[in-house]
Amino acid sequence: MVIAKGLNFSLLGGEISAIIGINGIGKSTLLRTVGKVQPKLSGTIYLNDKNLKDYNALELASKISVVLTEPLASKNLTVLELISLGRQPYTNWIGKLSNKDKAKIQEAIAMVELAELQYKKCHELSDGQLQRVMIARALAQDTAIILLDEPTSHLDLHHKVRILKLLKSIAHKTNKTILFTSHEIEMAIQLCDKILVLNKEVHDFGKPNELIQKSAFEKLFPIDTVSFDPSTGSFKIKK
Amino acid sequence: MRYTKYRFSFVLLLLSLLVCFVVNISLGSVAIPFNATLQSIFGGEVMHEFWSYIIWDVRIPKALTAILVGSGLALSGLLMQTLFRNPLAGPFVLGISSGASLGAALMIMGGSFFSGLISFSLVNDVSMAFAASVGSFLVLLVVVVVAYRIKDTMALLIIGLMFGSITAAIVSVLSYFTNAEELQQYIYWSFGSVGNLTWQQLLLLLLIVLVGITLSVVSIKPLNSLLLGESYARSLGVNLKKSRYVIIIATGLLAGGITAFAGPIAFIGLAVPHLTRQIFNTTDHKVLVPAVLIYGAILMLICDTIAQLPTSVNVLPINAITSIVGAPVVIWLLVRKKKMIF
Repeated sequence: MVIAKGLNFSLLGGEISAIIGINGIGKSTLLRTVGKVQPKLSGTIYLNDKNLKDYNALELASKISVVLTEPLASKNLTVLELISLGRQPYTNWIGKLSNKDKAKIQEAIAMVELAELQYKKCHELSDGQLQRVMIARALAQDTAIILLDEPTSHLDLHHKVRILKLLKSIAHKTNKTILFTSHEIEMAIQLCDKILVLNKEVHDFGKPNELIQKSAFEKLFPIDTVSFDPSTGSFKIKK
Repeated sequence: MRYTKYRFSFVLLLLSLLVCFVVNISLGSVAIPFNATLQSIFGGEVMHEFWSYIIWDVRIPKALTAILVGSGLALSGLLMQTLFRNPLAGPFVLGISSGASLGAALMIMGGSFFSGLISFSLVNDVSMAFAASVGSFLVLLVVVVVAYRIKDTMALLIIGLMFGSITAAIVSVLSYFTNAEELQQYIYWSFGSVGNLTWQQLLLLLLIVLVGITLSVVSIKPLNSLLLGESYARSLGVNLKKSRYVIIIATGLLAGGITAFAGPIAFIGLAVPHLTRQIFNTTDHKVLVPAVLIYGAILMLICDTIAQLPTSVNVLPINAITSIVGAPVVIWLLVRKKKMIF
């Protein structure tokens, strides 16, 4: 079954982009395919002009990091241990951390403000805290591309905004490419450089204001439940 | 992270292992004074020639076997639990030991069942070891294929249990048709024993266990990343396919080889990794791999010391003792599941 057809988009360094669309349209599938977490159904993905399938796992690990929605196999790792695992592509055969690795880990911890939590076990954390830990792990992996599957799903409004702003500043400052799936359309419009709107028939990719002009968001939901207000970039519930 | 804090624990553990080893050797059906035992170990003269014989050709091989069996089974349990991301996995639950039992049963009792078809007259220790290893590898292979197709680990466990039932059933059928002598031989094998190994056999077992340990040590990094789940492990650059095979081969060698030489020994593989995690409070395989090896060895030496009933001529089946020690551990773990460390 083909869900999303004829997708074609390019991501650049220093940009944060969001994939939005209704449930089941294939946001996560697309993201996981881009990250080579799952085999692609069809088509070709290029990373720096080289076909994604020609990268081996280790090469890719220093290029792409991911934050997924699947639960951790073990929640008994400490926050520090978990974030340290992000350095695995760079460590030796037994996984010994160098001073550079340790510095990167502490940098990631500081960025996501997890310093007080670093010796806690993951099962002691709330869902939102764990989400931030997973983001820190991806940051510690220090890759040019970071893919996040619904990174804001368990967070409160404050942390949602904080994380997205953080991701945006990371993308802009360190010239990273960040792509995430989200249901926070209004926030994506305000914060992202580019948005990919997945629809059954048409897919629009571009800057938020261009998409608003093309009325890409109106097509997302049935008109009788919510409507899009282009002037404020927000959705209104039909009474 | 801070591995220095573990250094003290490891020194302590190694000392306990040494103590258990010496105590295990000094006790047995023949009362040998403790001093004489020590003297004999360190090459001194002892009062009776046969004491030296008992110590060097019976007790030391037995104690060494216990160490290899304990550490190997514990390690295979740890590998299974991490690979299948399931705290209940172990060589027994996944049917690997059942596979070995089936191999052994076919080797011992299959002769009369398939009489004439194949000659099973060569039932010696090497062919037994081979049959049991083949049995465990076949079951392991099926488990891997199933695990590849079914992501649900509960289904895997049930399939493992099914294998246990199938094995038991086939063994029953074989027992029904076999003669008393062969049946007895099989039943003795299934009691489990760490005795009766010659130095040559011990060397072979050592080789198998060493290969298993080496493969596990090489897999420490993938094992740690598997704690995050398979997708994350892959995204961290782990060659999942290769790592999975290496881990499975290590498990098969350890569980299969040990079961072949020592019989199906229960619970060590399941219980020791849990015990170790509880005590060390970590999931890092850099710590867990050496720790389960030592804990497994210690636990097995203790079980063997109990099994040989000091000063009595009777030796209890080791399998019974490990279960008596192991079952309460598993029950304890389930009762405090809320805080179970995995």
